Amino acid sequence: MSGRLERGGLIDRSKPLGFSFDSRRHQGYHGDTLASALLANGVRLVGRSFKYHRPRGFLSAGPEEPNGLFEIGEGAHREPNTRGTVQELYDGLVASSQNRWPSLRFDVLSFNDWLAPFLSAGFYYKTFMWPASFWEKVYEPFIRRAAGLGALSGEPDPDAYDHGYGFCDILVVGAGPAGLMAALAAGRAGARVIVADEDFLPGGRLNGEALEVDGRPGHEWAGEVAAELASMPNVRVMKRTAVFGAYDSGDWGLYERLTDHLGQKPEGIARGRLWHVNARRTIIACGSIERPIAFAGNDVPGVMMAGAVRTYLNRFAVAPGKRAVVFTNNEDGWRTARDLLDAGQEVAAVVDTRKGDRVPAGMEAVAGETRVAFGVRITGVLGRKSVRGVEILDGDGHSSVFAADLLAVSGGWNPTVHLTSHKGAKPVWREDIAAFVASKDRPGDQIIAGTANGAFSTAQALGEGLSAAEQALSDLGRKAPRLRVPKAENTATAIEAFWHVGEARGRAFIDFQNDVTAKDVKLAHAEGYRAVEHLKRYTTLGMATDQGKTANVTGLAVMAELTGRTIAETGTTVFRPPTTPVPIGAFAGRAHGRHQQPTRLTASHDWATERGAVFVEAGNWLRAQWFAQPGETDWRQSCDREAAAVRRSVGVCDVSTLGKIDIQGPDAATLLDRVYTNTFSTLAVGKARYGLMLREDGMMFDDGTASRLGETHFLMTTTTANAVGVMRHLEHATQVIWPDLDVQMISATEQWAQFAIAGPKSREVVARLVDEDVSNEAFPYMGVAEVTVCGVAGRLFRLSFSGELGFEVAVPARHGDALIRAIMEVGAQFEITPYGTEALNVLRIEKGHVTGAELNGQTTAADLGFARMVSAKKDCIGKVMAGREGLVDEDRPRLAGFVAADGQARLWAGSHFIEEDAPADLAHSIGHMTSVCYSPHLGRYIGLGLVRGGAARAGDTVRMVHPLKGIDIAVEIAHPVFLDPQGERLRG
Amino acid sequence: MRYSALSIVKNALSGNRHWKPVWREREPKKAYDIVIIGGGGHGLATAYYLARNFNLTNVAVVEKGYLGSGNVGRNTTIIRANYLLHGNNPFYAHSLKLWEGLERDFNFNAMVSQRGVLNLVHSDAQYDAAARRGNSMRLLGVDAELLDRRGVQKYAPYLNFDQERFPIQGGLLHRRGGNVRHDAVAWGYARGADARGVDLLQNTEVTGFKISRGRVTGVETSRGLIRAKKVGMAVAGSTSRVAAMAGMRLPIESHVLQAFVSEGLKPIVPGVVTFGAGHFYLSQSDKGGLVFGGDLDMYNSYAQRGNLPTVEHVIEAGMTLMPSIGRARLLRSWGGVMDMSMDGSPIIDLTPVKGLYLNAGWCYGGFKATPASGWCFAHLLATDEPHQLTRAMGLDRFERGHLLDETGRGAQPNLH
Amino acid sequence: MRIPCPLCGERDSKEFSILGDATVKRPDPDGPDAAGEFFDYVYLRDNPAGTHCELWFHEAGCRQWLVVTRNTLTHEVAGAELSAGRKAKKR
Repeated sequence: MSGRLERGGLIDRSKPLGFSFDSRRHQGYHGDTLASALLANGVRLVGRSFKYHRPRGFLSAGPEEPNGLFEIGEGAHREPNTRGTVQELYDGLVASSQNRWPSLRFDVLSFNDWLAPFLSAGFYYKTFMWPASFWEKVYEPFIRRAAGLGALSGEPDPDAYDHGYGFCDILVVGAGPAGLMAALAAGRAGARVIVADEDFLPGGRLNGEALEVDGRPGHEWAGEVAAELASMPNVRVMKRTAVFGAYDSGDWGLYERLTDHLGQKPEGIARGRLWHVNARRTIIACGSIERPIAFAGNDVPGVMMAGAVRTYLNRFAVAPGKRAVVFTNNEDGWRTARDLLDAGQEVAAVVDTRKGDRVPAGMEAVAGETRVAFGVRITGVLGRKSVRGVEILDGDGHSSVFAADLLAVSGGWNPTVHLTSHKGAKPVWREDIAAFVASKDRPGDQIIAGTANGAFSTAQALGEGLSAAEQALSDLGRKAPRLRVPKAENTATAIEAFWHVGEARGRAFIDFQNDVTAKDVKLAHAEGYRAVEHLKRYTTLGMATDQGKTANVTGLAVMAELTGRTIAETGTTVFRPPTTPVPIGAFAGRAHGRHQQPTRLTASHDWATERGAVFVEAGNWLRAQWFAQPGETDWRQSCDREAAAVRRSVGVCDVSTLGKIDIQGPDAATLLDRVYTNTFSTLAVGKARYGLMLREDGMMFDDGTASRLGETHFLMTTTTANAVGVMRHLEHATQVIWPDLDVQMISATEQWAQFAIAGPKSREVVARLVDEDVSNEAFPYMGVAEVTVCGVAGRLFRLSFSGELGFEVAVPARHGDALIRAIMEVGAQFEITPYGTEALNVLRIEKGHVTGAELNGQTTAADLGFARMVSAKKDCIGKVMAGREGLVDEDRPRLAGFVAADGQARLWAGSHFIEEDAPADLAHSIGHMTSVCYSPHLGRYIGLGLVRGGAARAGDTVRMVHPLKGIDIAVEIAHPVFLDPQGERLRG
Repeated sequence: MRYSALSIVKNALSGNRHWKPVWREREPKKAYDIVIIGGGGHGLATAYYLARNFNLTNVAVVEKGYLGSGNVGRNTTIIRANYLLHGNNPFYAHSLKLWEGLERDFNFNAMVSQRGVLNLVHSDAQYDAAARRGNSMRLLGVDAELLDRRGVQKYAPYLNFDQERFPIQGGLLHRRGGNVRHDAVAWGYARGADARGVDLLQNTEVTGFKISRGRVTGVETSRGLIRAKKVGMAVAGSTSRVAAMAGMRLPIESHVLQAFVSEGLKPIVPGVVTFGAGHFYLSQSDKGGLVFGGDLDMYNSYAQRGNLPTVEHVIEAGMTLMPSIGRARLLRSWGGVMDMSMDGSPIIDLTPVKGLYLNAGWCYGGFKATPASGWCFAHLLATDEPHQLTRAMGLDRFERGHLLDETGRGAQPNLH
Repeated sequence: MRIPCPLCGERDSKEFSILGDATVKRPDPDGPDAAGEFFDYVYLRDNPAGTHCELWFHEAGCRQWLVVTRNTLTHEVAGAELSAGRKAKKR
C-alpha cells in the first residue's frame, strides 16, 4: 500500500479487506471507500472521460465525483457508474473501469482526444447531414457505440427495494457540524427528529479535517454527538441515506443504502429503501462542494480538489501523492499544504492567485517550509496519465516548472443549495463569499445552516446549526434547550474569485466527465448560446452523472466574464431531483412485475384452476377465459364447446367481477333517473331493468342492470372495467351536483359471488339450488328476488346476457366456492358446462350486445342503437350535450352486424369499412369492426361494427379492409342481433 | 454560415474562432406584420415557415425566457404519426415527412433518428384497438406493422417476456417513428428564421394585448409596446394565462407531466417502446441516458415539477416492462406544463378576437407536431384560412360536438 | 403533496383522484340557453395560475368529494372542505 500513511485515519487497520480493480487484486481496510483504497494502493488512473476518453483520476472524495466511476459487482448484480468515492470497501469487492476498450491504459477511443479541435461543442449539430440516409445507418450507430459510460447487465435486477414512510417534526439533512448541532438541540428538546446523511460515518467535514472542536479532534466530537442522538428514542439517525428531493407539503424523498457496503448480502434484506418523509420543518445542512479552477491540464490524474486531499490524508490516512503543489484562491488551500506537511509529505509550492503576498494567519509555518507564490497562476500540467510537474506563470510573465505528482486545487466552495431550489426558488449570488446561496424565497419550512448557507468556518457552522434548531423549535411551539456552541476554528472566508486561467494554451476542463472546456464555453458564447440553459444544452455542461456539481458555477462564471454580465445576472440552470442518482428499482419498490397492480381473485378461482381454466385479466381481476378440456389443443375448441353447450343445454360463468353498487335512501330512484338515460323510478320492486349511463359530455359511459330490491333500495351493476369509475361518478352526482339528494351508496362488488347460469336447462339447475319457485310465472324475465340458496341467504336475478333463458345467482362471497361446486353438482345431469369470457363474448356477439369494444368512449347512445332508451321526459347526465350537432350527425357510424359475403371468410376486429367503389384510404373509411367471433351456432364468423348508415343498411355489401394483414374482402351488413331477435328464448 | 463537415474542418484549423452567432440579438421594432408569442418549437417553426413558405419576414417572435425554453426543451423527444382519427393523423403524417427532410431544409442536424416506435399490447381488446389504429395509419400511407408476441420478442428482446401479470401479447410497430434531439429543433428553426430576417426577441414577456374594436393591434411586453397586424399565440403550457389577457376562456387545463433520464449507459434500447398495461414509455438517447415518462401528476399545475407518487407509479410500470433498468440510476427528473385540451387534441384556429390566432392544446404530443404545427399555423396566419390538415382542429369543435378524442376519455383533460 | 381531508386528517395526495375546477355549477337543463351553458360547464373550466378551487375525491379514504383550495404555481394547499357540506351550508 504505497500511499497509506503509517498512522492515523478513521479506518480499522485490524480489518484488512481484499478487493479487485480490473482483475488486479488489492487490499484496503474497513472504513475505506473504493477511492481511498485505490489511492492507498497507488492507483491513480481510474477512468476515462465521456467524449475524449481522457485518462482520469479521482477529483474529489465525495458524491460529487465526476471521474472515478466504476462498474461494481458481477453478473446480474453488476451496477454501472458507481462513484468510487461513495462506494464503501468490502471484502471481495469487484470493481471494473468503464468506457474504455480494450483496457483502461490503452483505450482506442482516446483517439477522439487528438480530434478534439474537430469535436468542439455542438459539432454534431453542424454535420452528419449528408447523405440523409447515412444518419441512421452510419453516423448514429457510430455515435451510439460510443454512448454511455457503464453497461447494464441486461438481466432483471435481482435485488428488492423497500419503501418507507416517515413523519417527523424536524428533518435534518446532513450530519456535519451544523447538522449534528441542530439535531442535538432538536433531539434534546424532545422533538421527533430524523437526521439523514449520505455518508456512512456521521461528521461531514469534521472527519476529513484536522480540526478541533472543544479542544479535541472534530471527528471525536461528531462521534459522541452521533452516539447521543442514536440513543434518543425521539431521534432517528439514518446513515447512508441521501435526501434527494424536496416535494410538496414538506415531503422529502430519501434513499437509504442497506446492503451496498456488505460483501455477504444478508438474505431477505432489501438492497435499499426509498423513504417518503414528511417533515414540519427541515434543516438543510448538507454542506458545500469545493470547485475546481479551469486551467490547462487540470484533468490529469493527480490533480485533485484540495479538500479531497485533506480528506484522504486525515480520514483515510492516504497520501494521494508524494510531492504536492497547492493551487488556491482562498485560505482553504493553505490548510491542505499544512496537513500534507503535518503528515510528513513534501509540498513543492503553494500557488495563490491572490495578490498581496499575505500569508494567511496561522499558516506562517507553511510559508516557512515551502515555496509560496502570490498573484500567480498555473498554465500547464506535465504528464498524461499522471501528473509529473506543474508549470506556473508569475505576475511578471515568467514561467517556471515544479516537479510534483499531486496538484491540490481550491477554487472556493459552492454551498450545496440544490434541495432549496427544487421547488423553484433560484439561488442568489453572494459576492462576499463568491458563491450562490439559497434564496430567501425558498419554502418557509426550509431552514439552511452551515456551509450550505455559506457559513464556512466550523464555529459558524456549529452556531448556525444551533440557531436553525432554535428557529425550527420555535416555529413548532417548542422550547429550545440551553446549549453551548462548542469552541472551534473560526477563520473568516477570504476568497478572491478566480475561475479560469485565461493564458491557458491547452484545454482547461470545466465539466470533467462530459469534457466541456473553457474553450467550449467561449465557443458557445461566440455562437450566441449565451443563456445558461443554452450553454448547458449546447455544450452538455452539467449534464453528466454528477449533474455538474463541480462544474456548473465555474461554467457560468466563465460565461459571465465573456458577456460582461455579473454572475448574479447570468444565473444558474434549474436544479432538479434527485440531488444524487438513485437506483431506478428503488422507486418501484416491490410494486412491479406480478405486483405492479393488485391481483383480484373471484371466489371461484380455486375451483376454476382445478378445472383447467386459463385466466385473463379484467379490471385487475383474473377471470376464467376458457376451461381447456383434455384433448383440446386450441382455445377455439374450448370456446366453441362452451358456447355451444350454453345454447344446447346449460352453462355457468362467474360474473362476480361486474361492479355492484348498493344504493339506498328516499331519493335512490331519483338518483338513478338522473344518471341513467332511461327511467328507473317506475321500476317495480322485485324487477331489474337495463340502463344506459352517459358522461356529461353526452357520450356513452357504461351500461348494466339495476334491480329494485325495495322501494328505496337498488342494486346497480356496472361493467367490470368501469366499476370504479361509475362509483366515483355516482358519488360526484350525490355530493357535488345534487347534495340535497337523500341517498347513500356503497360498493358491494367484492361482497358477493355471482354466477350466471344460462341455457335451456338453466331453470332446472336453479330450481335445485334455491328454495323458492323459479317458474316463469312466479319468476319472470327480469325478475329479482331474495332467495335461499343451498340454505344461505342469497339473491336471484332473471337476467340474460347470452340470449338464453338465464339466471344469476348471488351469495355472500365467502360461500362462492361452495356455490359453484354445488351448481356443478346439481347441474351434472344436464351436462352443465363452465364457460369463460371467450364463450361469453361469442354469446353476446350473437345477441348483438355491446361491451368495451363498442363502449369505447367515442360512441353515443344513438350510435349503438339505443336512441330510444334516452327518455324524452326527463333530464339525465349527458343528455343536453348529446344533442350537439356533431353527435346527432346522421353520418356517424352506427352499430350493425357483419358477415363475410362469401359466408365463410374470417372477420377481423380493427378492420375498417370502405364502400365497394371507393378507394381504400383513410378519408373513405366509413367505420370499423369492433368485435368478431366464430359463432359455433351459426357456423360462421360474425362481427359487430360501426358503419355509416348502421343496421338500416342490412343487406348492403361493403369492404372490410385490414391492410396490416393484407385483407380486403366484401362483407355484408346485417342486423346486429344474429340470434333470436324476438327474444323468445330468454323469456321462455 | 452554412454548416457542413467542411465548415467544421476549416474552423477547427483556424482555432474555432470564426464561428458566427446562430441568431442575432435584436432590439424590438415598433411594429411588425406578425408577432408570434412564444419562442418554443411551435413559435419558431411558425416564424420559419412564414418566411420560407410565404416570404413574410416582417415578423417577430417574442419569448419571455430563452429560445426553446418551453416544452421543446423538456420533452421526451419522440416523433411518430401513429394516430387513429382522420382529423389527426394526416397532420402528423405530414409532420413526419417534414421531420424527414428537416435537417437539410434548415441546415442544422437535429439528429432525426427513425429508430422505431413500438406500442405494446397486453390483451385482445388492446390488440384490436391497435389493429384499428394501425389500419388507419396504413390507409393513410403511414407505415405500421402488427406484431404478435413472437414478433415483439424478435424486435425487442430486451423486454421482460417472463412477467405473467400483464404478458406482452404483441405490438404495433411504427418504424418511421423515433427520436429527435429536441433542443436542436428549436435552434435550427431559430437559426433559419433569423437568417430569413425574423426578429427573435428573448427575455421579452407579453404582459397584455392591445385590442381595439375587437381587433388586436399589438402586444404589451416587458420591453414596451409592439404593434402588430396579426398576433399568433404558440404558448402551450401558458395558453390559459395568455388567452385570459385577451379576454378568452379556452377548453384547456394546465397539467404537469414529469419525465426522467437515467445516468448514461451503453446502448441497450434501440428505439421507443411503450407499455400498454400502465402508462410508460422509454427510449435511449444518443448520449446513453434512458429517457422515460408516463402519467400526468393529474392536478392542475403551472409549477414545472411534480411529486413522488407519480414518479413511483411510472417506474413501477417501467420495472414491469424492463426489470434490468432497476440497477441503473435515475439521474434527473423534471416537469413540463402541458396544455391539456378537453378532447386530447390540439387547437389551431382563428379566435373571436380578430387578428389573434391560436395554436394550443397540444397535451403531451406537441413535440412531434412541431414542423406541421409551424407549417399549418404559418398558413393560417398568412392566409386567414385554416390549412386543410388542421380543419378538424378548430376551436368550435367542442361546442359543435365534432370531437377529436383519440382515446375516448371525454371532457376530462387529465385522462387524455 | 398532502391534502387535509376534513374527515380523515392530512393524507397523501395519492389517495385521491382529481377532477379540477370546483366552481362550476351544473346548469338548468331546461334553461333558455342550456346548450351554451352546458358547453361552458363541461368545457370551460377555471385554470388559473395561482389559487384554484378544485374537486378532489378521497377515493382510497372516506370517499368524500372535497373542495380543495390550492395554489397551482406553488402547490401549496390552503384548505379543504367537504363538497356536500359546503353546498349544504350555502343553502
